Amino acid sequence: MHIDKDLVAASSTPFVLAILAEGESYGYAILKRVRVLSGGELEWTDGMLYPLLHRLRRLGYVTTEWRTPPEGRRRRYYMLTDDGRAALADQRRQWEAVTRALNDVWRGPGEPLTATGEA
Amino acid sequence: MESVESQIAEWRAYLAHAAGVNGHDVDELEDHLRHQIAELSAAGLTADEGFLIAVKRMGDLDALSREFAREHSGRLWKQLVLNGDDEPGRASSGWVTTLVFGVAAAVAIQVARLAAGFPDEEPNWLARNASLFVLPFLAAYFARRRQLDTRHWVLTASPFALAALVVNLYPWGADSDTEALVILSLPAVLWFAVGYPYMAGTARSHERRMDFVRFTGEWFIYYVLIALGGGVLMALTAAILEPTGVDVERIAEWVLLSGAAGAVIVAAWLVESKQRVVENMAPVLTMLFTPLFAVMLALAAVVYAVTGFGGAFDRELLSVFDALLLVVLALVLYGMSARDPSTSPDWMDGIQLVAVVSALVLDVMVLGSMIARIGELGFTPNRTAALGLNLVLLVNLAGAALLSTRFLTRRSTLHRLERWQTTYLPGFALWAATVVVVLPPLFAFD
Repeated sequence: MHIDKDLVAASSTPFVLAILAEGESYGYAILKRVRVLSGGELEWTDGMLYPLLHRLRRLGYVTTEWRTPPEGRRRRYYMLTDDGRAALADQRRQWEAVTRALNDVWRGPGEPLTATGEA
Repeated sequence: MESVESQIAEWRAYLAHAAGVNGHDVDELEDHLRHQIAELSAAGLTADEGFLIAVKRMGDLDALSREFAREHSGRLWKQLVLNGDDEPGRASSGWVTTLVFGVAAAVAIQVARLAAGFPDEEPNWLARNASLFVLPFLAAYFARRRQLDTRHWVLTASPFALAALVVNLYPWGADSDTEALVILSLPAVLWFAVGYPYMAGTARSHERRMDFVRFTGEWFIYYVLIALGGGVLMALTAAILEPTGVDVERIAEWVLLSGAAGAVIVAAWLVESKQRVVENMAPVLTMLFTPLFAVMLALAAVVYAVTGFGGAFDRELLSVFDALLLVVLALVLYGMSARDPSTSPDWMDGIQLVAVVSALVLDVMVLGSMIARIGELGFTPNRTAALGLNLVLLVNLAGAALLSTRFLTRRSTLHRLERWQTTYLPGFALWAATVVVVLPPLFAFD
């Protein structure tokens, strides 16, 4: 299945924030995690992850640190900040609202299942 | 394996030359590439094949560099219009446009001078309108360079038209204080008006506003350099021509004014096209002067806090203080715009905070004494203008001090501090415009 470019772009920020919420990570590992999570259906251009990470850093959502793991090369680790956590929670609410609305519409009229689950 | 290493080196070199990508970014991307190759090799591909696939996955390097550039506009803000593809064509035509607008400004100021009979006579209208003979050309220059559409041209032109109407239609009284204030404030108002075409109509973008701050600082540096060079040239010319009996002063009247007007445009062009030159110099200058100013301000704040202003506090001292506070603010703003936003707080930020806090203390004292004076003697145009300026400065400095402290204690980001300053910029423009437009009628043009 091909996922539209705009949708990939829109979901990239919550994806990265959510993955970093699981614990600190670095570029390549984040990308691998995205592939696993989406079953390979979300195709990111690898390079584009980095400008995104830098934007998140500028906004204060993540902090970075260069570290050299015991085996291997020096690399830059990204850690989620409290601001980042707040941004993630906000993103999550937005996405849930969108998916809920879409689910309602796709289920068709007559059975608004989530009418009671007003957030 | 040998060939892959050289291929990676080549890839790296290409990336390193891309605009907006710095050394750390290249390291990071290379690490990513190597990871990918290693994993593909583990899956049974040869290193060469792995390299090809990894590079392909990384994506188009030009698109990547553009994306980096968008994020780190500070690194290459000289290419403000980010579609760098059409850059070469514009670079060659750039100096022709510069020349045309520069000469136009030089001619305009000269015509005005001849009409006024300056310097034998010094009519007030010349002083009131002086910036209106130069800055519209700078605005038009940017409007052209940014290829603005008609709507934006109109929006660019309107503040200038309004200003021209106001300064020429108001019935100024003889020896009027409000007129003197207008002469001082109008250049500031018009400079902000130049910001609009500079930002190509995207005045809401905080990044573009920061670019404009940066531009202002570097323009100033270039202008001073040109003025210094021009001064040396003039002095030498005068010394050489003196014995021949040529009336050097008459020539100076022509050259000085036109040169000063044309240099406004030329300096702007230099900032935009010869960026790299000043890029190395400007941070050094701020590094040099911010600590000096911080020390001076801290000393002044302590001295005045101990001795109080007493009787020494007259109008002249007040305007010196205002000028000082403005210079500090400009230094801080410019230092911030030239800073790499991604680095963590260092000693320079601490020194900036010292400067800001000292300026804040001084400003509070100035305000106190000013309010006392107004309570005693009532409002005059000068006092009102100064009071407003100090209040605008006070709010700005207080916010900056608070956010700087939070940034230094790592409870906030530089981004917040930058946002505060860029959000606040229109405040200065607004106050300057108020002084030009509202104060004169309020005080009956006296």
